Amino acid sequence: MSEFFQATVLLGLLTAGVRLATPFLFAGLGEMLSQRSGVLNLGVEGIMLIGAFVSFFVAFESGNLYLGLLAAILAGAFMGLLTAFVSVTMKAVQGISGIGIHILGLGLSGLFFRLTMGSISTMRGFPRLAIPILKDIPVLGRVLFNQNWMVYAALLLVPISWAVIYKTTFGLKVRSVGENPHAADSLGISVTRVRYICVVIGSIMASIAGAFLTIGQHEAAFVNNIAAGRGFIAVALVYFAKWNPLGVLAGAFLFSMIDAFQLRIQIIDIGIPYEIPVMLPYIVTIVVLALSTRGRVLGPTALTKPFVRGVHT
Amino acid sequence: MQLRIWNRNVLVNWGVPIAAVFLALVVGAFFLGLAGANPLVAYRSMFYEALGTRYGLTETVVKAVPLLLVGLGICIAFRTGMINIGAEGQMIIGAITGTAFALSFPGLPAPLLILFSFLAGFVGGALYGFIPGILKAHLNVNEILTTVMLNSVALQLQFLLLRGLMMDPQERAYGTGYPQSASIVEAARLSRLIPRARIHSGVFIAIILAVIVFVLLWKTTIGYRMRAVGKNYDAAVYGGIRVKRYLVLSMVLAGGLAGLAGTIEVVGVHYRLLDGVSAGYGFSGIVAALFGQLHPLGTIPSAFFFGALLFGAERLQRSVGVPSAMVHVIQGLVVVFVVSSDYLTKRFLQKRVDVGFKRLRQEGVAAPEELPLQGRSHE
Repeated sequence: MSEFFQATVLLGLLTAGVRLATPFLFAGLGEMLSQRSGVLNLGVEGIMLIGAFVSFFVAFESGNLYLGLLAAILAGAFMGLLTAFVSVTMKAVQGISGIGIHILGLGLSGLFFRLTMGSISTMRGFPRLAIPILKDIPVLGRVLFNQNWMVYAALLLVPISWAVIYKTTFGLKVRSVGENPHAADSLGISVTRVRYICVVIGSIMASIAGAFLTIGQHEAAFVNNIAAGRGFIAVALVYFAKWNPLGVLAGAFLFSMIDAFQLRIQIIDIGIPYEIPVMLPYIVTIVVLALSTRGRVLGPTALTKPFVRGVHT
Repeated sequence: MQLRIWNRNVLVNWGVPIAAVFLALVVGAFFLGLAGANPLVAYRSMFYEALGTRYGLTETVVKAVPLLLVGLGICIAFRTGMINIGAEGQMIIGAITGTAFALSFPGLPAPLLILFSFLAGFVGGALYGFIPGILKAHLNVNEILTTVMLNSVALQLQFLLLRGLMMDPQERAYGTGYPQSASIVEAARLSRLIPRARIHSGVFIAIILAVIVFVLLWKTTIGYRMRAVGKNYDAAVYGGIRVKRYLVLSMVLAGGLAGLAGTIEVVGVHYRLLDGVSAGYGFSGIVAALFGQLHPLGTIPSAFFFGALLFGAERLQRSVGVPSAMVHVIQGLVVVFVVSSDYLTKRFLQKRVDVGFKRLRQEGVAAPEELPLQGRSHE
């Protein structure tokens, strides 16, 4: 127990925390965009699973990791179109249709994994890419600047999302469509198109988050249900973040540190059953959700409400 | 005239979702083809296995029982506007508490033992449903997310107990350590209906409960208020309904029914608590309830249909070599198609309302300009 708090262990924990924040960042920022436009995409978990499998399968067969990532992007776009069709065009109840997409993703990834690979195979994922000079900063260098490029990309997406949402015309459109679609519509903004774009981008990011779980790891492998609820946690994170990219960053680190922590206590035996640390992230999610909804900040007004011209809900 | 409208509406209400399921199966056929099976052969073998043999038919009913119980809870929760995705977890907790009771009091006379085991299962599931209910009602915490998280927690709790406190002493004695509880005494088991089949008297319990839930939702004040909350929350508040109380109550009942499903799986089928007792029924039950139009009586045939689908898909592996994950693919497609088709039904009904008003206006009768149709169900 005492060695647990040694500096090297703590450093390892932080490094793992930064790495594990990556899927939360990709999926969470994507979900935030989708929700900002008024669409709750609950299928994130299923889309992550598809991204994880497709990227690993293509990378494994072709030997090219980038080809795997590209395949995940395409698969994510396809699932995004399906999600958008169901929740925007068919105006389905988003809470339920998202669960359908989740079950579908779980089924498809499991089915094709069994059919094509069948057993667990491993390969080398994206290698670490130490950033010169920066990597020599004590502590921070090792924790932040000695990761693979997907980690850097995820971190860069935070300021990019912020700029897109608050500083571009597109971001303004997204926010207006999520807050008051009728007003946006009367100004000539196509609510349907904006929502389609946001849902598809969000789904692609969820798929990339899934790809990170396989080919973004040093030792890449796919196992059934590899996302293990991370997609749902990413959705929860958006509520915690109060629909703000910086909040997503904070939330992603909170959950990834818990994740790193629970993985660590599973490995070092401190005499408690391993199920208890595994439960930890889920319980913390509930507690955090309960605490974070106490504030007055409400989400996009039109969240989960389908848009029908002339019918105010 | 009156009758014709009714008939047409019934036709649309049922025809559209049935068409949606058919479409889902057609798309599923595409994936079956990708999986290297002839879709027609696969579907035929699926439904023949599930409905055409004595064993298959009984197993279909065995699977329909937990689906129906879970589905009934879903009807209550969704009708009250609570999207309860936590039936899987509630079912696990119910299985745990029900088994724990049956194992703790083996000396009780049979009827009491069974009754109290059910009660324990119901209470366990209800308490587990209470958590997301109270969080939603008082802190406005999204119930979808909390129930999903609680599913994972329940699963781990089950592992924890089966590897520790509740593990079969024999497993420990022999050192095999298989994660299952000791088996419950004879007196705690539900009777089997026919020899050499697992179909048990839980079927009747489930059907009776379906009728009770129907009466509760449509013939009592409580049910009326719950549906009012689900249909229009603000109007319910304005109408003086204590909405928070009903949000919590709906989750308690939904959790309780799921918990009962867990207990029934133990006392009717497995006779012990084992890893995977919930077997995805918590999710499939949602699909069954949706297809049953979120109506307790509609959920009866729907649960039977999905029981057949589950059993048939399980058999696919052996008959045509398609992995059983296929059942998730089909279920996911069914949810997506059924939920999407809702819009078509609504639009059709709306059109009829519009046409009616237009005629009224032409005849010079004053009619409201616009009457947006309320959601037929779950909104």
